[in-house]
Amino acid sequence: MSDIPNPAAPIADPRGASLLVQDGRTKRRNASEGRFKLYGIVAIAIGLLMLLTLLFTIISRGTGAFQQTYVTLSVPLLEEKLDKNGNRDLAEIKKVSTFGYAPLTKAAFEAKIAESGIETSLKPKAMADLLSKDAAAQLRDYVVANPDLIGSTVEFEFLTNSRVDGYLKGRVSRESIANDKNINAAQLDLVDALIADGSLQKRLNLNFITGADASDARPEAAGMGVAMLGSFAMMLVVLVLALPIGVAASIYLEEFAPKNWITDIIEVNISNLAAVPSIVFGILGLAVFINYMHLPNSAPLVGGLVLTLMTLPTIIISTRASLKSVPPSIRDAALGVGASKMQSVFHHVLPLAAPGILTGTIIGLAQALGETAPLLLIGMVGFIASNPPESIAEGLMAPNSAMPAQIYEWAKRADPAFYERAWGGIIILLVFLISMNAIAVLLRRRFERRW
Amino acid sequence: MGQILTTGAVLPLVTLIAVLALGGYFLARRRAMISAGGDSRKLHSLPSYYGYNAVISVAVPALLALGIWLLVQPMLVQSSVVEMIPAQAVPEGSSVNLIMSDVRRLAEGLDAAVGAGAISDAEATDLTVADNLRAWLAERGVAIGAEVSPEVLQAAQAYREMNALGHVGRNVFVLLLALAGLLLAYRESHADFRARNRVENAIKALLILAASLAILTTVGIVLSMLFETINFFSLHPWTDFFFGASWAPNFRGDSDLSILPLLWGTLYISIIALAVAVPIGLFAAIYLSEYAGPKVRATAKPLLEILAGIPTIVYGLFALLTVGPALVKIFGRGEDGLLGVDWMSGATSVLTAGLVMGIMLIPFVSSLSDDIINAVPQSLRDGSFGLGATQSETIRQVVIPAALPGIVGAVLLAASRAIGETMIVVLGAGAIARISGNPLEAMTTITTRIVSQLTGDSDFASPETLVAFALGLTLFVLTLGLNVLALYIVRKYREQYE
Amino acid sequence: MKDTEMLEQNVTNHPVKIAARNVQVYYGDSQAIRDVDIDINDKTVTAFIGPSGCGKSTFLRCINRMNDTIDAARVTGDIRIDGEDIYDKRVDPVQLRAKVGMVFQKPNPFPKSIYDNVAYGPRIHGLAQNKADLDGIVEQALRRGAIWDEVKDRLHAPGTGLSGGQQQRLCIARAVATEPEVLLMDEPCSALDPIATAQVEELIDELRQNYSVVIVTHSMQQAARVSQKTAFFHLGNLVEFGDTDDIFTRPQDPRTESYITGRIG
Repeated sequence: MSDIPNPAAPIADPRGASLLVQDGRTKRRNASEGRFKLYGIVAIAIGLLMLLTLLFTIISRGTGAFQQTYVTLSVPLLEEKLDKNGNRDLAEIKKVSTFGYAPLTKAAFEAKIAESGIETSLKPKAMADLLSKDAAAQLRDYVVANPDLIGSTVEFEFLTNSRVDGYLKGRVSRESIANDKNINAAQLDLVDALIADGSLQKRLNLNFITGADASDARPEAAGMGVAMLGSFAMMLVVLVLALPIGVAASIYLEEFAPKNWITDIIEVNISNLAAVPSIVFGILGLAVFINYMHLPNSAPLVGGLVLTLMTLPTIIISTRASLKSVPPSIRDAALGVGASKMQSVFHHVLPLAAPGILTGTIIGLAQALGETAPLLLIGMVGFIASNPPESIAEGLMAPNSAMPAQIYEWAKRADPAFYERAWGGIIILLVFLISMNAIAVLLRRRFERRW
Repeated sequence: MGQILTTGAVLPLVTLIAVLALGGYFLARRRAMISAGGDSRKLHSLPSYYGYNAVISVAVPALLALGIWLLVQPMLVQSSVVEMIPAQAVPEGSSVNLIMSDVRRLAEGLDAAVGAGAISDAEATDLTVADNLRAWLAERGVAIGAEVSPEVLQAAQAYREMNALGHVGRNVFVLLLALAGLLLAYRESHADFRARNRVENAIKALLILAASLAILTTVGIVLSMLFETINFFSLHPWTDFFFGASWAPNFRGDSDLSILPLLWGTLYISIIALAVAVPIGLFAAIYLSEYAGPKVRATAKPLLEILAGIPTIVYGLFALLTVGPALVKIFGRGEDGLLGVDWMSGATSVLTAGLVMGIMLIPFVSSLSDDIINAVPQSLRDGSFGLGATQSETIRQVVIPAALPGIVGAVLLAASRAIGETMIVVLGAGAIARISGNPLEAMTTITTRIVSQLTGDSDFASPETLVAFALGLTLFVLTLGLNVLALYIVRKYREQYE
Repeated sequence: MKDTEMLEQNVTNHPVKIAARNVQVYYGDSQAIRDVDIDINDKTVTAFIGPSGCGKSTFLRCINRMNDTIDAARVTGDIRIDGEDIYDKRVDPVQLRAKVGMVFQKPNPFPKSIYDNVAYGPRIHGLAQNKADLDGIVEQALRRGAIWDEVKDRLHAPGTGLSGGQQQRLCIARAVATEPEVLLMDEPCSALDPIATAQVEELIDELRQNYSVVIVTHSMQQAARVSQKTAFFHLGNLVEFGDTDDIFTRPQDPRTESYITGRIG
């Protein structure tokens, strides 16, 4: 810090100098003041710029996932393929696998070409390849549900495969498919013709919000819905466990705990737990809940337990802050009319601190909702939960994923179509986080009390 | 009733305890009121306290016993079943732990089949290997990975038997405890019984229990990793772990598992992250706390803090798909790149992960430093202004030196964050363990290896998996050290100005 | 009557250093100072007295524009030092504060060594040509602060380690090290014990040789002991200003009389 001026500089003589004239040194000092202030502005600008870049990236890359390309086709539900014996026996109809439905989509394309007069050199098989691999399953589900319609022609809206979808979204171009075995230029010509015909179009895709994840080959059918339920189940566990335990621990530490070394250890422990890397909680979960207690792998219950342990310190710290902000005069007033210490806390202090506790809890939940690392270790990644759970118990115990884990899973699949879904999943996750934080801020504004 | 006594499920038992507790509430309350001749003023405590006392004496000991039983039973059953498995039954290249997981799977499969009504309980007990068990079970919906050896079947049967016995014992014991609690509380409920004091003491005990969960968690973390780490060091030399030169897990065994390359990757990325986050965060904090008007502060501060609320998976994706490719465009691709050089091949690199982690840490550093700078008393600033110092001179020569310990604490906390961060490095840093100074190369970190070793298909009892626990313990000790030091410094700092 | 005239002449020998006319200070919407006119002489100790919240500290802080650091504060009117309007746009508060030093209510040494505390001002203003020069300035300032003998052997010990009275004298030394012409003191003894107070008061009397000293004080006894002129502030108004002896023996205004006889305070 020793910035002794260099000898060549003239020594300022403040006495008697006019205040109205800035000397050279003051000018230099003011310039350096300006620079310093600029550094601060630049730092904040960089931070905000990063935030903007991040949000822009998320929105520009993720909104695509909420739209999907569909093609409308009239499919003849051929009796000779679906019900050879013609007796509409559901058991027999069910024996026809999805492969048995492939000829139907080919036939539907052939009919479409004949009807609309589109010229193409493609074979029906190549045309049917434009559809998602999900299409046959969709057909089969429909037929099994409505066996009476076999023999008639029904109009369906099928998902196209991810290349066609990418073509409409600008992700796939005629140049980029040069080495792509999954699609060729003739197929894209057909796509263009179908767009012109109005039977192929991009529209809102609710399945992305409500549906289940799909296998590697069907990015177009993958959705967030089931993972969202997994996240909700975990949040339920966290709320049910972390809130009461956290509040109880805070009440003890803030209101009852004597000042001794045991309390000190607990306090140091809590502040340290708040800074322990989340992956360590994952290791704890794996070792204790899965390997030792044999709770099921990948279950939201286990995820919830791990996240509870991780969130507890956050909730305890914020709850203690709100308890501390209730002035001692309230406690004295209650004690003064003969309430016990316990009654003064539960009847007076706790209700007054409730908004603050709630705010802290919501923020803790939001933090838990976005946490990924511990979930990797307890197996909530890497499989596909295809059906939503049917009951709360199943929701807690059946293997499932969670929103951030689902996003990670998609990011790992290294396919641009899945990347789009990962960004889209982030939008959904952020919508939840922003709403939760907004509720917390509103609560704080609404109930904030200045004593 | 018989069902409730033999079931392994916990829910019916808990429901029963809840019913008993509720009944106890009303019974005890009524008895207290009767003893006071119906005049609640003659009671020592409010009537409901007699009820609560009954609820507590029914539920608390019973649930506590249930919890302990749930923890202890698997341990006892496991250890006695392990003793039953003869050493020669363990095939070459396998371990008792593996056999035990087979045993468990078989036992659970049988239980599930009995529960679903596919086989009768008697059938399950009388099974022999001769029945071509695997196929027979598969028909009944129980999938077993490998052929069942007689030892495993025998052990599985014993496992089931002991568990069944344990369940009955548990249910009977817990229910008796609940009933005893009910009886006791009922007999105590007199007008002059100090029910409120009893209830309050019990509640206080519960509060203490909740508070000590924090210690329990820490103990759980340490123990769970310590045991597996000891297992690891019995299978793999500790000298290689701490002083070896390379990390090359090999699933056929005989791996190099040294932490040094991972530690290097971790530290390198953390240093880059801090080099980004500390200057930006510190200058942002200085501007916000010393220069910004209330309006700018009220806008910029929460906006910056949004960066802290964004989940790390989002940063991970940002690193992998946005920052990484952008860096490749600058430093890679030879002639096509912006610099025309070919220094970087893949999107994952130390710089990718470090930059993104730096962005994540900006608000962490800035809000901590902001608090700390605000704690510097205004009188020091006044003193400096009074001497004719400009604001930047005041900040640089008075405020920052005064806040330095606190800022050092904040940086240490940020460093501990960086070292323990997982998702950004899993997606952005790469998977190649090496010690190199080139920030454009992919490297790997402790946390990424924990994830990959524990999510791999490798056998749980192999050193390649167990090393994750040793890595986890090292990570825990490292971050704990930083946290304790940082919290200590910050606390001392705050005391100085209180 | 003759006596007082003599006394007054004795004091007004020194030229006017600070001239304030029609000064108003607002904090947000409320007015803290109204219509203050005052002439403060060079080489004189002027005391501002009055009950808490009367505006005496606020007015003091106008003289070196410390109120600039408070966002809500607004000053109007005219304050001149040696005839130059210190609220002129061309005036840099940094230069002004080098000329008008300030000592605060609570001793506030920087968390640096004693030497660095005193050298801080000369360094930022570039008053020393080299290390020896700086050493000389520091020594002289510490001597003027009447603390040299106590600290000369531990110049590199932290300033925060001194006792309260020593800290305050260190702060005074720190303020005189920048060669100011005016020294403002905001209740400099309120945090000190009686012995330390006596030492500081003695120092203030010595400082009168070189500076125009303005001191805000709560204690009328202190004002009577150290000052030649006294101004009495009440509810933001300058009620009475004159020779200290006159104010304490023959107050003109009934409010002044009430205050010095202890009826308002």
